[in-house]
Amino acid sequence: MNEVMYRQATTGQGTGMKKNTMAMELGPQRKLEMGEIKLSIRHLNFYYGDKQALFDNTLDIAARKVTAFIGPSGCGKSTHIRTYNRMFELYKGFRAEGEIMIDGINLLDTSIPALHLRHRVGMIFQKPTPFPMSVFDNIAYGLKLHNSFSASEIEGRVEKALRDAALWDEVQGKLHHPGTALSGGQQQRLCIARALAVEPDVLLMDEPCSALDPIATAKIEELIEELKGKLTIVIVTHNMQQAARVSDFTAYMYMGKLMEFGTTSTIFMNPVRKETEDYVTGRFG
Amino acid sequence: MTLLTRRKLLNFIVLTLSGMAAVLGLFMLSWILGDVAWKGFSSINWDFFTQLPAPPGVQGGGLVNAIIGTLLMTGTAACIAVPFGMMSGTYLAEFGKNNLVGHLIRFLADILVSAPSIVIGVFVYLVLVKPMHNFSGWAGAVSLAIIMLPVVSRTTEEMLRLVPPEIREAALALGSPYWKMTFVIIYRSASSGIATGVMLAVARVAGETAPLLFTALNSPYWMHGMNEPMANLTVVLFNYAMSPYDDWHRLAWGAAFLITMTVLAVNVFARIMLRAKRRMS
Amino acid sequence: MCRSSVCISINWLEEDLRLVSTGRRPHLELMQRMNMNKNKIWGDLVFRGLTAAFASGIALIFIAIILVLWQQSQPSITKFGFSFLTSMSWNPVQEHFGALIPIVGTLLSTFLALVFAIPLSLGIALFLAELAPHWLRAPFGTAIELLAAIPSIVYGMWGLFVLGPLMADYVQPFLKKTLGFLPFFSGPSMGIGMLTAGLVLTLMIIPFISSVTRDVFLMVPQPLKEAAYGLGCTTWEVVRDIMIPYGRKGIAGAIFLGMGRALGETMAVTFVIGNAYHLSWSLFSPGNSIASTLANEFTEADGTIYLSSLIELGLVLFLITLIILSLAQIWLRRSQTGRT
Repeated sequence: MNEVMYRQATTGQGTGMKKNTMAMELGPQRKLEMGEIKLSIRHLNFYYGDKQALFDNTLDIAARKVTAFIGPSGCGKSTHIRTYNRMFELYKGFRAEGEIMIDGINLLDTSIPALHLRHRVGMIFQKPTPFPMSVFDNIAYGLKLHNSFSASEIEGRVEKALRDAALWDEVQGKLHHPGTALSGGQQQRLCIARALAVEPDVLLMDEPCSALDPIATAKIEELIEELKGKLTIVIVTHNMQQAARVSDFTAYMYMGKLMEFGTTSTIFMNPVRKETEDYVTGRFG
Repeated sequence: MTLLTRRKLLNFIVLTLSGMAAVLGLFMLSWILGDVAWKGFSSINWDFFTQLPAPPGVQGGGLVNAIIGTLLMTGTAACIAVPFGMMSGTYLAEFGKNNLVGHLIRFLADILVSAPSIVIGVFVYLVLVKPMHNFSGWAGAVSLAIIMLPVVSRTTEEMLRLVPPEIREAALALGSPYWKMTFVIIYRSASSGIATGVMLAVARVAGETAPLLFTALNSPYWMHGMNEPMANLTVVLFNYAMSPYDDWHRLAWGAAFLITMTVLAVNVFARIMLRAKRRMS
Repeated sequence: MCRSSVCISINWLEEDLRLVSTGRRPHLELMQRMNMNKNKIWGDLVFRGLTAAFASGIALIFIAIILVLWQQSQPSITKFGFSFLTSMSWNPVQEHFGALIPIVGTLLSTFLALVFAIPLSLGIALFLAELAPHWLRAPFGTAIELLAAIPSIVYGMWGLFVLGPLMADYVQPFLKKTLGFLPFFSGPSMGIGMLTAGLVLTLMIIPFISSVTRDVFLMVPQPLKEAAYGLGCTTWEVVRDIMIPYGRKGIAGAIFLGMGRALGETMAVTFVIGNAYHLSWSLFSPGNSIASTLANEFTEADGTIYLSSLIELGLVLFLITLIILSLAQIWLRRSQTGRT
């Protein structure tokens, strides 16, 4: 996947850079009312070794709203959101430049160990990632990492997290069953509950529904709707209907560049750029 | 004969030979196992598991001290090699994937896996037995541990690598420190695979003879601890089979039967477990 | 949306003001949390260092084996020098030792084993990868791999009690009658000797060579094979012209792996090789290998020179297998990385 990403990114490198900067100047002519800002991304560049995958991404993420990233495969959407919790540091030769400010702290500041930041930015992956332990322990694991709660407090928080993730009714009888025994949709909500339990400010979702059936997908979307009043959600999706349904703001990315960013209704109904329109109407991609 | 017939004939001949090679392989396996079972099973009786060896010419006698010696030394070897091997396998999987140190250690471990075990016996003799002027069960256990170590380490590495990266990322995204993620989540995901690998490694060293010949040596008596020469099934088998006495040959076949069946049973069981795990993932 | 840097700093300012007004001080909070969590970072450093220490333990053992053997064989090395490798005399009474006979015995028994094992293993691998009906492949493959699990001492014992007499009574007389004009098949039929050792070793290395070769065959891309079949190739032609050339590095690795195993094999050989310091053209005559010499004489060695000669023998064996197994690893690794 990474290879595809940078290949696409590099093909547009020569001419694209200039066009992109122009687009940034011309693009968001309209004034954007965003309310409180949670994350400010400034001039974010990302490299897989010596191949650049993100080019000068700059945008703001509104607090307690849902921001969706759309774009064709390999455009860098996942790469982009994976910089928010520095997950790329796990891999050799990956690096990011620029600024991602959260509450006055730069997430990319390497003098702060990633470990200290990651609990503020939770993450949900394409495939559910239940840990090989019971439902209860899955959630308690994250809780115990950061705090020294009493047993009863942990129990209370586990229940709250499961309720928040709309999973409590389904699993309350089988808290001590292995998490891997749940259905795909339940596993994904378990992962959401696990992420919520450590009380992150931001929740990243990398195509959270792509491995799920329509009913499970609908449940996750409902859950996103419920959660967005409480925390900031950033979602990457291939499914444009989903982006239209759940998000307040939408960013369209292409070849590592942020082509257009605005309220979801603008992007879908009245985009500034031709490419965005082609993509959201399905003429391309 | 046309060219086509010739080609078809050649094809037929080669394929037949290939099939025959396979049948021959299976035949040899069943022949050896059949002989071991046939000759060994009759010497297995209550005395075999409860009596000390009898001198040549005296009826009866068993190998209880050798059975216990083998269990003790194999167990001790596993206690040394499993933690050691798991830690080094963890390094190879988590930190040494692509760096020079990782490649070098992986290479040396792969060579050590197939290195002649008798040389490891010589090495342990020189570093443990000779300076202490004493053959001992400990020395035997250490040489078995050295043989197990690279096997456990490489299996651990392989099994840790099978754990999907999303699981690691999910744990780290919660703010988990790397070591905690490894011990609590990654090890647990890989546990059945590592357990299988350890079982196979134990089975392998349980049948080893060469490294014990001049470390644990042998003894016809009860052991009082691991600080003295220690009887074990394989060395006893070697000495008895090479002896001229029929009674001893019978006991040797019995020992061969016991070792072979145990080792094969562990192997078959481990393979079934591995297959089940592969199907799940 | 705010784009200019002025806007950004205003954003920050607003944010800071808001935080001050709500009484929350995130910077401080974060700093405190960092201090609290400092041990987490230490934990990871310690973890990494600890695993690295254990991993380098493997390398240390490896180096220690070579160094200890080298140092302990010094008396023999200084006394005999290079002639140790070329002299045929092995005389504990006069304390004169030369390793030529065991070295030749090791190489010869390994050579014999490879001569038999290579065609058989390739045949088995081919059968398992290409010919056998699918339901048969897994159990059959497991059965062949189980041959490798049988302890080597059981092979040796079986060779001594079952194969040896069979060789003496039937195989060797037959070979003498039909091929007796060759020097290799002459001499008394004793059952045990170089040929029997080679045969037992063959059995022992077949599972290694055939299972690795099968995996190599299975890695040949299906479209490549289908293209060849599409041209009208027979199965054998696909194997000869596509699969073997495609997998040649892996097959070479498999053969070297089997060779390394055969060189260092001790117990199976010790039972059947005959243990005689004797060099003869006949494959029926007993001989000796490095490993069997060590197994037989190490505990009985009295005197520094005798012991250190045996240790030097072990060192020679270790270095030979080191070279062969390195080649095996290099080929196997190349065959894997060449693909992906």
